[in-house]
Amino acid sequence: MTLPDWKTVGGAAVLFGLAALLPYSGSGYYLGLGITIAMFAVLATSWALFSGPTHYISLATAAFFGVGTYVTGLGFEALPYWTLPLIAGVAGAVLAGLVGLATLRLSGVYFVIFTLGLAELVRQIITWSQNRSGQKGLYVLTDMTEAGIYWQLLGLAAAVFLAGWLIARSRLGFALRIIGDDETVAAHSGINTALAKVLLFMVSGGVAAMVGAILAPRFVYIEPSLAFAPILSFQVVIMALLGGTGRLWGPLVGVIPFTFLLEAIASNFPNQTTLALGVAFLVIVYLLPRGFVGLIEDAKARMRRTEGAL
Amino acid sequence: MDILITGLLLGGTYALIAIGLNLQYGVARIMNLANGEMLVIGGFSAFWAHTNIGLSPLLTVFILAPVAFGLNWLIYRVMMVPLVKRAKTRGQLEVDSILATFGLSFVLVGLMLAVFGGDYFNYSYLAVPIRIVGDTYALNRVMAFVMAVIICGLIYLWLNRTRAGMSIRAIATAPDAARLVGIDVRRLSALTFALGGAVTAVGGAYISTFLTLDASTGVVFTLKALIIVIMGGVGDVRGTIVAALLLGVLESFVAALIDPGLTLAAAYAMFITILLFRPQGLFGRKPT
Amino acid sequence: MKRRTLMKLTAATSLALSMMHGPAFADAHVDPIVIGAVAPKTGPLAGGSTVSHWPNIALWAGQINARGGLNVGGTMHPVEIIEYDDQTNPGETIKAVQRLATQDEADFILAPYGTGLNIAAAPIFARYGYPQITSTAITDQVAELSAQFPNMFFTLGGSKGLAEGAVEVLVNLRDAGDIGSKVAMVNVADAFGIELAAAARPALEAAGFDIVYDSSYPLGTQDLSPVVKGAANAGPDAFLAWSYPGDTFALTELSQIEGMDVKVFYTAVGASFPAYYGRFGAAAENIIGAGGVNADSQAFQDYRAAHMAATGAEPDYWASAMMYSSLQVLEQAIEGAGTIDRAVVSQYIKDNAFETVVGTIDFDAQNNNASFWTVGQWQDGVFRGVASTGREGAVDVKIKTGWE
Repeated sequence: MTLPDWKTVGGAAVLFGLAALLPYSGSGYYLGLGITIAMFAVLATSWALFSGPTHYISLATAAFFGVGTYVTGLGFEALPYWTLPLIAGVAGAVLAGLVGLATLRLSGVYFVIFTLGLAELVRQIITWSQNRSGQKGLYVLTDMTEAGIYWQLLGLAAAVFLAGWLIARSRLGFALRIIGDDETVAAHSGINTALAKVLLFMVSGGVAAMVGAILAPRFVYIEPSLAFAPILSFQVVIMALLGGTGRLWGPLVGVIPFTFLLEAIASNFPNQTTLALGVAFLVIVYLLPRGFVGLIEDAKARMRRTEGAL
Repeated sequence: MDILITGLLLGGTYALIAIGLNLQYGVARIMNLANGEMLVIGGFSAFWAHTNIGLSPLLTVFILAPVAFGLNWLIYRVMMVPLVKRAKTRGQLEVDSILATFGLSFVLVGLMLAVFGGDYFNYSYLAVPIRIVGDTYALNRVMAFVMAVIICGLIYLWLNRTRAGMSIRAIATAPDAARLVGIDVRRLSALTFALGGAVTAVGGAYISTFLTLDASTGVVFTLKALIIVIMGGVGDVRGTIVAALLLGVLESFVAALIDPGLTLAAAYAMFITILLFRPQGLFGRKPT
Repeated sequence: MKRRTLMKLTAATSLALSMMHGPAFADAHVDPIVIGAVAPKTGPLAGGSTVSHWPNIALWAGQINARGGLNVGGTMHPVEIIEYDDQTNPGETIKAVQRLATQDEADFILAPYGTGLNIAAAPIFARYGYPQITSTAITDQVAELSAQFPNMFFTLGGSKGLAEGAVEVLVNLRDAGDIGSKVAMVNVADAFGIELAAAARPALEAAGFDIVYDSSYPLGTQDLSPVVKGAANAGPDAFLAWSYPGDTFALTELSQIEGMDVKVFYTAVGASFPAYYGRFGAAAENIIGAGGVNADSQAFQDYRAAHMAATGAEPDYWASAMMYSSLQVLEQAIEGAGTIDRAVVSQYIKDNAFETVVGTIDFDAQNNNASFWTVGQWQDGVFRGVASTGREGAVDVKIKTGWE
């Protein structure tokens, strides 16, 4: 690796190290926000790993997330705790692999709605089998603390960033950039576009399932309507797009301000939360068309121009 | 036989839910995630008119339709035109419109909460039995089905028999070419978007006669409408109607013969299977 | 002397404010007791919480402030309510309770709405030592939950009790020769519906009933006519639906249209809503459903009048009163303990019995309220309790005679 690479990795490591200190601040409130940020950072970044280069918008996050929570819900008594996120990851990746193989022919909006339908299908099947077994919700009573959940999510975030960084430098990343620009060219130049897309979809599906598995102890009670809530898929897409999917760190710069914005709205407009959210949302869409990444890059460009003028 | 009729009646309901979105997406290229909220607004209006001034939903729609048309026309002019202008590609417009209408759906839910509150609303209208070939059905559902047939029929005739309709189909097929032959794409897109919104609101008014709604239920209808439109194929009214009827009949058969608990699972399974074999939907054209 | 006048003044102001929601007090001398409230104002559960949760909070705070506040060790403290909308999302519920505990420094936090949201918030309530008196959580894991979260209380009763109450009503009617033994039963495939159906099935079989139709339907089904037709075709004597509000209305309407000929018609959640009678009128007569109250008791009559005066809406005949009774428990515990120390108040709740609008609430060793109404029936426009686990004032159940 070259020197700038070491700088990037080192800088990221320092940031993660600082973030890991949050539970020691003693504030349960900020820790709670930290968990929300870490959760959406992981989900949005892994979502963008697939959707950024391929321009495929997936609304299946809730399906993978829900599968992950159910892995924990069903397995936490029988299996050692640390195996659960791993099993969830494998389960999510396998599901994503199957879906990926099945949906290669779909494009654009058809893929979007297909993934949405998939999430609902999984939810319906789980609901029905629960009804069959006469068992309603699952109780995940563990002694897992908020700090423990936070650190797990942070570790997962670090892994996702590392994976994203490595992918971008690999042959796979090169292939994906070409696919994003022009799929026909990519296919003609001997890139196995199908394989590349499915692999990335598996990464993002597996990661979402792991997030679900890690968060299950926090919800304590797991039922399909909460675990598979479709709103989650939309939130992830929105946050990633607001950040910007062209850069690995793009979704993160969407998630952090957005979480604080949501928090400010929820605490200041308890009776009009939804209305305020919608308005804030529209303002962002119209005033920040290229997401926060665009904002930051514009600012950088302006600074360079100013420096040049001097 | 009664299973089939029940299914067709349900299919009519689904057509009411989805046909407006088909117009909005097929022509104006706006994937309107606030579709369900428009439907609930229509339902609220019918409920309000029925309980407060005793107006029948059948009459309410004649006021509701122009109002909803105007409202949606405004939404298109104010909210969507800037997006259309700045979008460089169709994909960009799709992403932007998903984001914008998602925000809009929150705004509409918030407004409904502020105006009507979060309560369930429900009223009795035509909740009487009607006999069709030896079996009883709810008259309000039959009425909704008849209205769905009329609305879908009018839209089909309009698209296929009038000049404006032809132009709209031309836009749906080839927007750039349409512009070249002198079709005012933006004006017709606004018109279709507004028409789609009006149809959805009217559908909501009929549906409110037999479903219990509240301010937050819109998203349920949006999801259903998306599935039906995509399954039928974007930009083709026939596709949406066939998909809606298929879905209704399938759900009714599964409920009666297999297990009512599996109706929605079967619906999504059918949706996924159709897309696997026909990625462009039942009546959709292959992307070039 | 000065203090006295001030208190009178406060009382007068409170009286004036009593009709308003969430009164805010600018009295510098008496600190208000800050009480946090988190429940859905939007999302799938918003419809239910708007009927039975939020109005009670407004009513209760208004009443307390109208009489000058809570008497804590001889000083009257008004209450100040801080409300948050959790959007029916457990992540939001957790965040909001967290915010109330640490940012708003609430003295007490009212239990959230619904089973899942209450249990999701339980670890936070436990960590900060807040008593969590739930009135809308139904679970069969009371023992495990109260072991892990010692300040979590359950007033609504269990699904087992509710289902068995309904079966008991059927048994009594059959023994009296009013109905036969054929039962059709449907349930919504969601937490509460599944749990009730799972509890009812063995109870019906043990009582010798013949379940001639048994089926579930997904939450959000847009056409329930196949379900109703299927049940009607099985020719049952009694129809039981373990349903949620939306489908309760739909099932009733379709059964009416179908002219389902049953002597017992039961729907679970939603049957006790005033809107239910408002919607079906005379056709709702003798329909039975989950819950109920001692509608003729003075306590309930007073509550109903106050609820209508303060919120402009009727309370429902089950969850509203349960919710209000949980507020009464908190109120009496704070005044009885004479402190806002949460540990002391929690202990007081465990050690004492409380007189409420639904009768005496006395928590057992597992923080569970064992006495609750299980079945109610619409009689002359009032949803009266007909079966309970140890409540007084049950009226005789009547069989349904047609839909007119």
